[in-house]
Amino acid sequence: MISFKHVTKAYNEENIAVNDVDFTVEQGKIVVLLGPSGCGKTTLLRMVNRLESITDGEIIINGENSMDLDAIELRRKIGYVIQSNGLFPNMTIEENVMLVPDLLGWSKKEKRERFTYLMKLSGLDPEEYGKRFPYQLSGGQQQRIGVVRALAADPPVMLMDEPFGALDPIIREKIQDEFLQIQREVKKTILFVSHDIDEAIKMADKIVLLRDGEIMQFDTPSEMLAHPKNEFVSQFFGKDRAIKSLSLHTVKDLQGIIGLGEVDDSIQDTKTINVHQDLRNTLSMLMNQEADQVIVTDDEGERIGSITIDLVQKYLHFEIKGKLSVSQEG
Amino acid sequence: MKRQKLIANIVRLSLYALVAAFFIWAIANSYFDYIFTQQGTFLILLRQHIVLVVVSSLLAILIAVPAGILVTRPKFRKAEWIFSNIANLGQTIPSLAVLALMISLLGIGFKTAVFALFIYSILPIFRNTVAGIDTIDENMIDAAKGMGMKPYQILFRIELPNSAYSILAGIRTAVVLNIGTAALAYVIGAGGLGVWIFTGINLFDNGFLISGAIPVTLLAILADYLLRKLEYVVVPEGARRTGKIED
Repeated sequence: MISFKHVTKAYNEENIAVNDVDFTVEQGKIVVLLGPSGCGKTTLLRMVNRLESITDGEIIINGENSMDLDAIELRRKIGYVIQSNGLFPNMTIEENVMLVPDLLGWSKKEKRERFTYLMKLSGLDPEEYGKRFPYQLSGGQQQRIGVVRALAADPPVMLMDEPFGALDPIIREKIQDEFLQIQREVKKTILFVSHDIDEAIKMADKIVLLRDGEIMQFDTPSEMLAHPKNEFVSQFFGKDRAIKSLSLHTVKDLQGIIGLGEVDDSIQDTKTINVHQDLRNTLSMLMNQEADQVIVTDDEGERIGSITIDLVQKYLHFEIKGKLSVSQEG
Repeated sequence: MKRQKLIANIVRLSLYALVAAFFIWAIANSYFDYIFTQQGTFLILLRQHIVLVVVSSLLAILIAVPAGILVTRPKFRKAEWIFSNIANLGQTIPSLAVLALMISLLGIGFKTAVFALFIYSILPIFRNTVAGIDTIDENMIDAAKGMGMKPYQILFRIELPNSAYSILAGIRTAVVLNIGTAALAYVIGAGGLGVWIFTGINLFDNGFLISGAIPVTLLAILADYLLRKLEYVVVPEGARRTGKIED
């Protein structure tokens, strides 16, 4: 758990980078710091492992005030991933990954076992990659190693500063998926900096939207999309935020609330979609085909119903407008 | 590309031919004879020459590398220009003038020659040390800090290995220059192969001149070769490549 308690960072009286920031990253959750450049998100992140100093307030990491700990020891207990992977070119992949365990004085056997485990976890062959040097890997592989390295000493807390920002969109999405997969297994408490709205919606349990060092809204992605607290938040997510929010919901969610349509067997050549697919993809599939329905299948491939643009729209209306009217009344 | 390669090959072959012709001409006129007829003297001069180079280069490395490391520490960053200018100054004075100046301070002989050569070697080593450390990606240092490495660990495990290529290149430049410059040590009575070179010049005796000059050249080529080999031992494989890109 990471708690920010009225954290402020000021370079001088006029220049305030972070102003009275107060929020908590719950155990095992991902909180994304989102905002335009210069909003103080990276500064905030770097205050956690004390690469930046704190002017006022405190940061509590798993019950301990970060300022009470020795900076070096604190950093060794926090996984740190940066955008340009930061791998050391003079070291092999294994040496890179096992650097923190090495600093902590682990035995050779412990290091070896941990390296093998982590590489397998991220789907890389430990034998094949261990002896290679960073320059012998592609950008995507390097970034994966960057993440693996941060996990090396099994830190409870991880800081990720735009870790996938330098990758091309296709690789980025793949690595995001892989990372979420890993996170399901390791359940770290993660603070994640991003300037990419789609990435934030995808990765975050909660988003902290920042502007000029102040929190504009701290909420779950769906809440933030459905009920932006102020003009800045709604503008930041854009007019298409309703469509963006669709990627947070699956066909299954829709089925649970308004139910699927019947399968119309008279229509030829309709496409099928898995029930766990998100609604944004479903919508684009519906737009891209002639027929006005798509057959929904379950994990066994059985046809369980159909979905149309009307149904998606209805769901959107219910989810977003529905909650809106409730919250306004409340 | 093919044409370029052809030209490169022609140039290379004609150079080889020139060198071969030179040696045939020199041997035919028995210009190398002194090396064999006065073998005792030759070995003394050679040893003097090598000792001059080795002592002055080692001193320069011992001073310039730590100085380069020092000025790249955050605390001393601002002092970098002072060190750079001092090192520059050493380089801008003609080597003969350095020798002459040193005579007034240290008298003549071995000490003075070593000191002059030492001053002359500092700049390339210092410059390359600073440049090597400066070209290391700041993000890499940031990652190292964020992972909880102590400053000395960052220096020895990240900065020095990744700048080793550049530092060694500076040392190589300094040593090769030094071997040539050491011939001037004769002027202040510090011996070395310069003795034969200057004798040859004074007496218009090609035999002395060539018997002194060729070993100096071969020494320089040998030092360059050995230091390049050393690179493969000292510079880590991963850093060798990045070093070469920047080179």
